[in-house]
Parts: sequence; C-alpha cells; structure tokens
Amino acid sequence: MKIRNLFLSVIMTSALCFSAAAQVVADELHVGCIFSITGKASWLGEPERNTAEMIAKQINAAGGINGKKLVLHIEDDQGDNTQAVNAANKLIKKDKVCAIIGPSTSGTSMAIIPVVQAAKIPLISCAGAAVIVEPVADRKWVFKSPQKDSDCVKRIYDHLKTKKISKIGIITSTSGFGAAGRDQLKKIAAEYKIEIVADETYDPASTDMTAQLIKIKGAGAKALVNWSIEPAQSIVPQNMKQLKLTMPLYQSHGFGNLKYVEAAGAAAEGIIFPAGRLLAVDTVAANHPQKKVLTTYRDTYEKSYKDKVSTFGGHAYDALWILVNAMKKVGSDPAKIRDEIERTKFVGTAGVFKFSATDHCGLDKTAFELLTVKNGKFVVLK
Amino acid sequence: MMEHSDILQYLIMGVQSGCIYALVAMGFNMIYNATGIINFAQGEFVVLGGLLMVTLTMTVQLPIPLAFITTTAAVTLAGIAMERFTINPVKNPTVLRLIIITIAVSIIMKGIAMGVWGKSSYFMRHFSGSESLDFFGATILPQTLWIMGILVLIVALYIFFFNYTMTGKCMRACAINRDAARLSGINDRRMVMLSFALSAGIGAIAGIIITPIIQMDYARGALLGIKGFGAAVLGGLGNSMGAIMAGVLLGVLEAASAGFISSHYMDAIALFVLLLVLFTRPSGIFGSSAAMKLKEF
Repeated sequence: MKIRNLFLSVIMTSALCFSAAAQVVADELHVGCIFSITGKASWLGEPERNTAEMIAKQINAAGGINGKKLVLHIEDDQGDNTQAVNAANKLIKKDKVCAIIGPSTSGTSMAIIPVVQAAKIPLISCAGAAVIVEPVADRKWVFKSPQKDSDCVKRIYDHLKTKKISKIGIITSTSGFGAAGRDQLKKIAAEYKIEIVADETYDPASTDMTAQLIKIKGAGAKALVNWSIEPAQSIVPQNMKQLKLTMPLYQSHGFGNLKYVEAAGAAAEGIIFPAGRLLAVDTVAANHPQKKVLTTYRDTYEKSYKDKVSTFGGHAYDALWILVNAMKKVGSDPAKIRDEIERTKFVGTAGVFKFSATDHCGLDKTAFELLTVKNGKFVVLK
Repeated sequence: MMEHSDILQYLIMGVQSGCIYALVAMGFNMIYNATGIINFAQGEFVVLGGLLMVTLTMTVQLPIPLAFITTTAAVTLAGIAMERFTINPVKNPTVLRLIIITIAVSIIMKGIAMGVWGKSSYFMRHFSGSESLDFFGATILPQTLWIMGILVLIVALYIFFFNYTMTGKCMRACAINRDAARLSGINDRRMVMLSFALSAGIGAIAGIIITPIIQMDYARGALLGIKGFGAAVLGGLGNSMGAIMAGVLLGVLEAASAGFISSHYMDAIALFVLLLVLFTRPSGIFGSSAAMKLKEF
C-alpha cells in the first residue's frame, strides 16, 4: 500500500512539474549551444560549455533577460561534422531555439552553415576560420566571435618582415582549423612577398612530425609556422628540439592554452604566436578598453571552475553576451536578433567588436597581440 | 638533395614507432593464439599503461623503475579481470561473440579512462633526459634507445618463456590444438587467462615507454590498436616473430612515405601496402599459408 502511494505521488509530482514547465515556456528564451565537449576538440568545448553555463546562471540570478529566463540547450558534437548537423537540426526543430552559439571548431561550423541558413536562425560560431563568415552574401545568418585566422596570418607575416625573413616553411594540421589556416597562409604570402618553400601537414592524431620537419629543413626555410588547434601541435616544438632545429617557430592563435605549453615543456620557450589579450591579462595596459572585461572574466571563471582560463572559453563568453545584448533589445525573433547583431558594438575578451552588414566578425588584426612563451608563461612580446 | 643523415633520421623515426606497433601486435597474437580471437581492447591496455605511469611518476612521484613495475602489474591484473569477468563466463564462446565482447570492453575501458584522467593529453618526463644524441649526422632521443632496448628484452623473454618453460610450452600446445592439449591434461581455460595477462602486460609496457614521446590521452587506443593490428596481420596472425619484423617494417614504411612521397598521405600509403600484401599473400609476409587454412579466423 505504502509503495503504491509513493508511486502515485511520484507520478503526480512529475505530472505537476511537466505542466509547470509547459506554463513557463512563454517566459523563457531558448538558446542553442553546440560545443565539442568530448572528443579530440574537447579542450575547446569544455571551457566553452563551462563559460556558457556560468553566464546563464549569472543572468538568471539577476532576473533574466527583461524578466525572461534564459534557457540554454547544450549539445555535444564530439568534434564530428555529422553530429554537429544533427545537433543543429534538433535545436532548431525540437527545442525551437531563437539562436545558436558554437560550434567549437571550424570544420563543424562550416558543416552546419547550410542548416542555419535554410532555417533562418542566427549563428554565432566560436571557431577561427575566416571562411565561416565570408563571403557575407552567402552567410546572412552567420557570425563569429573569435578573431579571423587571416588576421592572425597578417600579424605573423608583419613580424616576419620586421625580422627580414622571407623564406618560411608551414606545417598545418589536417583538421578544419589547420586546413583553413593553410589556405590563408598561402593566400596572403604573396601580399607580403613571403615565399613558402615547404608545405607540410599532419593528422591531428599523429604522434611524430620528424619526417615533415626534415623536409622543411631541407627546403631551406628560415622560419616555421605551425597551424593547429589540437594537442598534436605541441609535438612540433619537441621534435624540433630533438632534431636540433633552431629556426624561429610561430604558432597560430590555436596555441592559446597553457596546457599546450606544459605538454611541450622546455621546447615551448620562445614560440611566438598572435592571440587575444585574455592570455596575458596581467601584461595588458591598465587603460586598455578590454582590461576590465578580461580581468572580470578570468577571475570569475577561475574561481568557478578551479581551472586556468583559455581563449576558447572567452569566445563563448563573447558569443553569448553579444546574443544576450541583442535579445535584450529585440526579444526572441530570430530575424530581429540577426539585424541587431549586425549593428552591435561590444567590448569582449577577443577584442573590440564592431559588426556591420559587410563584416560578420567585427574584429580586425589589432584584436591580436603577439605573445611569446617565457618561463612556461604567456607574455606580451616586447 | 636528400642527404644520408636525413635517410638515417627517417629510419630512426620509423623504427621507434615500429617498435611500439610490434609490441601491440605481440599482444594481439598472444590472445589470438590462445582463443582464436582478436582482442580489440589491446589499444586500451596501452593507454591504461601510459596514463597510469604518468600518474605514478608525475603525481605520486614514484621513481621510474618502481612505477614501471607497479603499472605493468596493475594493467596485467586488469587483463586478468577482463578475461575472468567477460571472456571466461561466456557459455558458448564462438569467435564472433568473443570479438564483440572485446569491442564492448574497449569502449568501457575508454570511458573509464576518460572519467578518471579526463580528456587532456598527459606528458611525462623521459626516462633519461630529453636531450637528443648525435648519431652519424642524425639525432636520436635516449628514449628511443630505451624503446629499442626494451623491445629486444621482451623478445628475449618471450623466446625463453615459450621454448624453455613448462607453462610456455603448455600455452603453445593450446595454440596448436586446444582439444589435444586439454586431453593431455593442460588446463586450457587457465592458459586463456594467462594469455590475457601477458598481452595486457606487454600492452602496458608499450604504453609506458612511448608516453614520454607521444603524450597519452584516453582516446589514443584506437589508432595504436589499428596500427598494431596491421602489423600483426602483415606478419601473419599468430606469428609473433613475424609481427615484430612487420611492426618495425610498417613503422619504417610510414616514415619513408612521409619523407619521400608526402606526409599528407603517410597513413594511406602504409595501409595501401598492407592491403597489397593481403591481396597477394593473405597469410601475411611471414605467415605460412598452409597453417592459415586450418584456422577458423
């Protein structure tokens, strides 16, 4: 008898809960998130998920967006294109979200662009490749929060010019991020009169790049650019040390995670790479417009998760806040949100955003700062 | 254009990864001989060995030799547990059924490793310094010498065990004809357990010695498993000496295709050669085609 009562009460309570959930729907704003929380790109997805949850909690604790509760539907695409497309379809059709932030990687972002374009749902990607938002004519609904890889290339080439180096080797990962970076490196080289004498690639899961490095050395490169976002990139400096190659090593903004430095150990010292200022908050000038947002985000993140802050979490921070700010103004209509984002000016962790009808990234190359590794830490390159 | 020292460097790189493939392949063969199945959790033993070693040396700060022995023993126990709890209780052990069980175990082990160690890559200090040594114009890491040395040692122990000890001979007897071995009083179920223990132990050692060079994360098992399986097939399934040669050959082949043809197609070329061998010599380079015909799988 008792058990039966218990059983009944459970059913009743859950029925109550469901009806309650159904009632408050009108007072909720549904936002979709697609991150690579597990799989090879989990180093990106995990801080992004953490950041998104942290912000949603803050917003709801402060009374939500214009009194409406922000509900995040977080999906894990495992870094896989098919999974990302499935997640996007589920978010749009089942969860009826009014906008999506993510995915974490360039490959998965490219994969879901056709889906959001067709469904007319705004997307703010957290991935680096410039092709995600270019050409703007075909990317009406797509925005992105990280700096563009093309701007990263320009910062590296600027620095190479000051060092009077014109012959370089490039080694890129075969992932979406690496492949997009490789295209940009090759495309922009001519503009800077830089000759790419060796063009090598590696699989994100590969464990040894010695063979590629020997070829690069043999081709007479005077500097090396390593472009990847996966842990495999820290094997390149180790292999270089092993082969006693002393040419300067440049990395992409995908190197912006201290774990990569730890993994490469002593071999990481002196690596130069462009990145957002978040990684070297303490060395950013006090009167810099980003100083405040950077310090606040870093401190709250590190306090909440007892983990080092990474630029990737910062991209989710920017994406979600840009979206939330737009929703504060125009509510939940996807088309109005899209138009509002296009008018947005926002000081974020990646830089000072200024979106327009022709620029869906909103950042230029000044969003990057050249950083280097010194005593196992990121510091602004002097 | 291509200097001799470069060729030597490719060779060193190839032998280094080849040694690991060889060890993984030996693990495959050990279980194949005892049960006739491919243990798809073999790569997971390697990962487990690597990760456990990282924890013991970097976090617990045990000296390397002690951590080496502890890790190998722990993973060997994991191998025994796998056999006792998942393979042994199966009432009607057909090859297909057992293989599917090993796939399940590999997924579970991967999940556990992810839960315990998380998703990041772990690195570990080299056994004896990470400064590379000059070697006829090429460079070689002390760790590579360790890898080669340990492979040779394991092969020596392997030969001794299977040719000069009673248990080893019993295992060989089971591999040749399990029914006949049982009729002569050999406890074949115990031999199966032993094969899982040995192959887990060898897998752990492979993981321990490669981790300082490649870093270890929970998802590495699949690729290591595939390469090791490739080496086992190339050398003729069940033939451990063949597997060692085939493993090193596969490593060198990969390095050479990365160096001389293109790093873009490094894995594809190695697998292409593997297919070619299987089309022309299905029993592998070192396997005997007569023995192959008698086998179920």
